Amino acid sequence: MSRLQIPALSKARPWVQTAVLRPELGSLVAAVLLLMFFSIASSGAMLEIPTLARVLDTAWPYGIIAVAVGLLMISGEFDLSTGVMVGTAGALLGVMATEWGMNLWLALLLSLLICLALGLWNGILVVWTGLPSFVITLGTFFGLRGANVALSKYFTGDALIENIDDAAGYDSLHSIVATVFGTAPSDFRVSLLWWGGFTLIATWILWRTKIGNWIFATGGDREAARAVGVPVNGTKIGLFMLTAGAAWFVGVSNAVRYTSVQAGQGVGAEFFYIIAAVVGGCAMSGGRGSAIGPAIGALIWGIAFVGIPHAGWNSDWRWAFYGVLLLLATLINHIVGERVRTARSG
Amino acid sequence: MTTDQTTQGTEEAPSEPVDMPVLEVRGLGKRFGSVQALQDVDVSLRAGEVTCVVGDNGAGKSVFIKMLCGLIRPSEGEILLDGLATEFSSPRRARALGIVAVYQDLALAPMMSLWRNFFMGGEPVKGWWIFQRFDVAYAKEAMQRELEKLGVDLGDPDRAAHTLSGGERQGLAIARAMYYGARVLILDEPTSALGVRQSGAVLRLIRRAAQRGTAVVLVTPKPQHAFWVGDRFLVFQRGRLVEDRRSETLTLESLSYLMAGGGEVDELESAIATA
Repeated sequence: MSRLQIPALSKARPWVQTAVLRPELGSLVAAVLLLMFFSIASSGAMLEIPTLARVLDTAWPYGIIAVAVGLLMISGEFDLSTGVMVGTAGALLGVMATEWGMNLWLALLLSLLICLALGLWNGILVVWTGLPSFVITLGTFFGLRGANVALSKYFTGDALIENIDDAAGYDSLHSIVATVFGTAPSDFRVSLLWWGGFTLIATWILWRTKIGNWIFATGGDREAARAVGVPVNGTKIGLFMLTAGAAWFVGVSNAVRYTSVQAGQGVGAEFFYIIAAVVGGCAMSGGRGSAIGPAIGALIWGIAFVGIPHAGWNSDWRWAFYGVLLLLATLINHIVGERVRTARSG
Repeated sequence: MTTDQTTQGTEEAPSEPVDMPVLEVRGLGKRFGSVQALQDVDVSLRAGEVTCVVGDNGAGKSVFIKMLCGLIRPSEGEILLDGLATEFSSPRRARALGIVAVYQDLALAPMMSLWRNFFMGGEPVKGWWIFQRFDVAYAKEAMQRELEKLGVDLGDPDRAAHTLSGGERQGLAIARAMYYGARVLILDEPTSALGVRQSGAVLRLIRRAAQRGTAVVLVTPKPQHAFWVGDRFLVFQRGRLVEDRRSETLTLESLSYLMAGGGEVDELESAIATA
């Protein structure tokens, strides 16, 4: 059969192509540049082991949830309830262990089931109502924000749940989610391995499984995906459960690590996960992104959080820095997205 | 080759249409509330033929193809696949039976690579249980093989779909439908957004799909395109199938006349004259 000459697009835009296929590259470059910048600004203190340990310890809770939020964002949805879900998971574990005398491992399982059920609730509501996930999960956010504190006070008389280390099973659970390698201040938590492992698995799922293809397809063009038989709704619901599960992991890890839970914790953190995902190259409109990108986005937060005071600046500048970073990342994503759209009509 | 290329539109030896129709509809009709959108349609589609569906807006042609691909359920009549009455409860079910529609938007996700798009919703996997994974090497190779069968070269399988031209996007979508074993390929205005050169390439592609034994149903508002590629023409008017003509019985002029409304034009002229 003779070759068919189909006229191709004349204008090749290699950088757009790279940005689409390797969305995390920008954040990787930014992370390296920032690390170099703060090393110089802090006269090398930034690269010392204790400082790096602090960077990673700051970054991991954001990283784990940001990876899940990133996958959800690629599928075209948001979750604003992830921050308070951390508090929910911790409070559930705390109340079950300290007030009801439950074994921590059982409390761990039950709190996971409840968090997954909340994620399922988010997902089903989004799919059924067709309302923006922004609104649905904002509702869940406020619901949980109230319930976390109210229920903690109801069961324990206080918003602070303490003495989790008295519960049965504490030592074995601690060794799995909160063990320390090295000695302070050069200490690294086992949480970092969880973060790394979760990022790798998420990357694998995204790039090398059919579920990954469904996630991209769902966010890339929902109707197209549905037309060719992608289970669009199931994919979304599963991802809402994933973000809830990631928040659960961080919540129970912190509860075990600090042996106490502040039921009001996590409020406001949801924005950091979203920012980390966007800085990591996930498109807010869906269809593009990676799992490693949000992890790098969280790392950038860690670098800035530790680096700014090391450079001798007022630590309040952290917030301004992150605001600027979000704006820049969104702008770059937007430009790439526009280029893709204009190329489409050509 | 003895066939006249300009009138017949075939570029290689055409395969003989098989007598047994692949898909047949009898007394097909659709009613939306009190509106009869389509009634009494009898058509049989044969393998290797390009059947063009033409008609005005609201003539019923889109309702017709939507019933063929399972998007709309008929109110009356029946659809027979290989002579057996069949119900298409969903596009998914129709696809499974080999009736594939390529819509105007082509069902491509712009940011995804070609091979990811090609296998969207039908990903080949290997491995077991949680180790089950998307067989990427096979996906790329199978896509290239299918494209080669149609004689289409889209270059690097890793490029994102948004870098394809309109014609290339059609090529990918048609190749994808062929890969899934389309016996009936339904194309909804595939050349509507394309320039002349792109349209030409896509029309040749449609002929090639037919030559491989597919029954192609093509909806197009452009007489030139329909005439070049079509073996058969179904003209719809006000919810009825008013003409069912083979290409030998038509010229481009008579087809254009039919597509512009045919008898309706005469009626309109006399109405204006008497007003």
